[in-house]
Amino acid sequence: MPYVEPEAPHERFCADPPIVVKGLVNRFGDFAVHENLDLEVRRGEIIGVVGGSGTGKSVLMRSIIGLQRPTAGDIDVLGRRITDTDLDQRVGVRRRWGVLFQGGALFSTLTVGENVEVPLKEFYPDISPKLRREIARYKVLLSGLPEEAVLKYPNELSGGMKKRAGLARALSLDPELLFLDEPTAGLDPIGAAAFDRQTRDLKETLGLTVFLITHDLDTLYEICDRVAVLADKRVIAVGTIPELLETKHPWIEEYFNGPRGRSALAAQGS
Amino acid sequence: MFGSVTYSLEDTEAGGSRLVLSGQLLVSSVGPFEAEIDEQTHEFAEIDISGVDEMDTTGAWVVSRLASHHTCSIIGASDTAKHLLAAVEVAGGDGELCPPVVPVWERVPLALGEQVYAARGGVLGVVSFLGAILMGFGTMIMRPSKIPFRAVVRQMEMVGVSALPIIGLMSFLIGIVIAQQGAVQLQQFGAETLTVNLVGRITLRELGVLMTAIMVAGRSGSAFAAQIGTMKLTEEVDAMRTIGISPIEQLVIPRIIACTFMMIILGFYSSVVGIIGGAVIGQFALGIPFFTFLERIQEVVPLHDVWVGLVKAPVFGLIVALAGCYHGMQVKGNSEEVGIRTTMAVVSAIFAVIVLDAFFAVFFTEVGWG
Repeated sequence: MPYVEPEAPHERFCADPPIVVKGLVNRFGDFAVHENLDLEVRRGEIIGVVGGSGTGKSVLMRSIIGLQRPTAGDIDVLGRRITDTDLDQRVGVRRRWGVLFQGGALFSTLTVGENVEVPLKEFYPDISPKLRREIARYKVLLSGLPEEAVLKYPNELSGGMKKRAGLARALSLDPELLFLDEPTAGLDPIGAAAFDRQTRDLKETLGLTVFLITHDLDTLYEICDRVAVLADKRVIAVGTIPELLETKHPWIEEYFNGPRGRSALAAQGS
Repeated sequence: MFGSVTYSLEDTEAGGSRLVLSGQLLVSSVGPFEAEIDEQTHEFAEIDISGVDEMDTTGAWVVSRLASHHTCSIIGASDTAKHLLAAVEVAGGDGELCPPVVPVWERVPLALGEQVYAARGGVLGVVSFLGAILMGFGTMIMRPSKIPFRAVVRQMEMVGVSALPIIGLMSFLIGIVIAQQGAVQLQQFGAETLTVNLVGRITLRELGVLMTAIMVAGRSGSAFAAQIGTMKLTEEVDAMRTIGISPIEQLVIPRIIACTFMMIILGFYSSVVGIIGGAVIGQFALGIPFFTFLERIQEVVPLHDVWVGLVKAPVFGLIVALAGCYHGMQVKGNSEEVGIRTTMAVVSAIFAVIVLDAFFAVFFTEVGWG
């Protein structure tokens, strides 16, 4: 079939790479969290972001999704400059990403199903209520929750189920970009492994680009295509785990060659 | 800026009809198309999606639902599209997203029954709460080293000292209103000088304490409920229990002591400021000099009026603190509950204070302190 230029070219898949951070500076008072931080995320990859506590992993994510105004620097997400566009312009790009916050951040007065429906209602009011309910229902199933969970309220869910419900909400707009903040923290190993598989499957089925903050070495070995290491207020290295180990940076060595790192590696080998 | 879906009907070789889709089948574009195609009564034998440039799970869902609705096959799917169509196989229908709403005629008796049933639990809860507090006081009397002095002082500051400006302002204005409005009425009988009696007796006996109790309920009772409620939600209270610290002794009792004591002082302070407010109006509007007004107060207000106020104040303070702490300790579940319980704490405290005030009014008159 010959390629025909669509009448109104959709922005989907136009911008490459999806996230570009240049010279990011974040300061709180005198305390600098980021100093000249650069990062580029490639399309279709799962990038894991690691770093010690307090190195500003969450701040980096919040800057990229526009919740935190950086002191200086430029951030482009899906071809839009997040750092200096006004709110109206950001709305357009906002519906093309999904965010899973650490605790799930579900709206506690709505059921899981209604939680998933919220972004659809907000951004696409022309979708019929029936279709919206159907979308919400299958997103819940897609994220690995049982069907009964649709009618449950967040306080009736376990920690792992909350994360999955949060994932369902993050996926409700069929985003191109998915931000996950410590998705497997606080999950049991079986639940964590299942969540990892789910992330990988979703990425492959839906063609997502995933920005994943984690402390979970198993997650890094299992599903991450590349890993970005945050230390000394910037990204000190980005690459696959073997590439990172070649840098011989002491923190990276300690991180991946510690007892936990070795057992995660052994687990991956088996 | 968003794409759109276009569709047309063709005849197939087999004699049926084929729905040919093209364009973008995305969550952003599928809405209008879905509404239109839903109204179509025409039967399709095939759905051709080879002309679709882009598709996401929502688009895939619409196509696969259409296919199962018309029991027809999907042709021309690209690899990605096949992937997506397989992914939405899990789909779970279009049922409601929240539990069904019960009709009013069932809901009202149901709610009433639940209220009655909950009242039983509520009574038990209050009794056991009071019991726990008594036990806590018992331990403290036996072992005075357990008295949380720092917490008490801190609560006294928050309940008492920081409430001084707002209660002062409120009482001053109430004093002004009573004096001014009272004088207007009393003038008709040529009895303006009785304004002094009116202001002195009403602030010391009733309004000073009552208004202060209402203000403290709104200011501190609500804060108690919200603080303790949030601590329950964040499992702080449970953490205290496991370490062996009794939340009753650490959280509840300091607030009760502080609120009870500070109410005495605040109530008296409020009456005094109210009288000053009256005296100011006396000076400027009634021609009674400021200090003459104050001297007259001493002559016309019997001492037992002061006692009436001082007896009521700690009781009201106790009630406000008990309501706040009790409702705070009852919080469980989600953040909405904190709000509900805070409201309940304030409403029940003010209600109980007003009921008791009526009781006190009759009681003190009967015992000859009229």
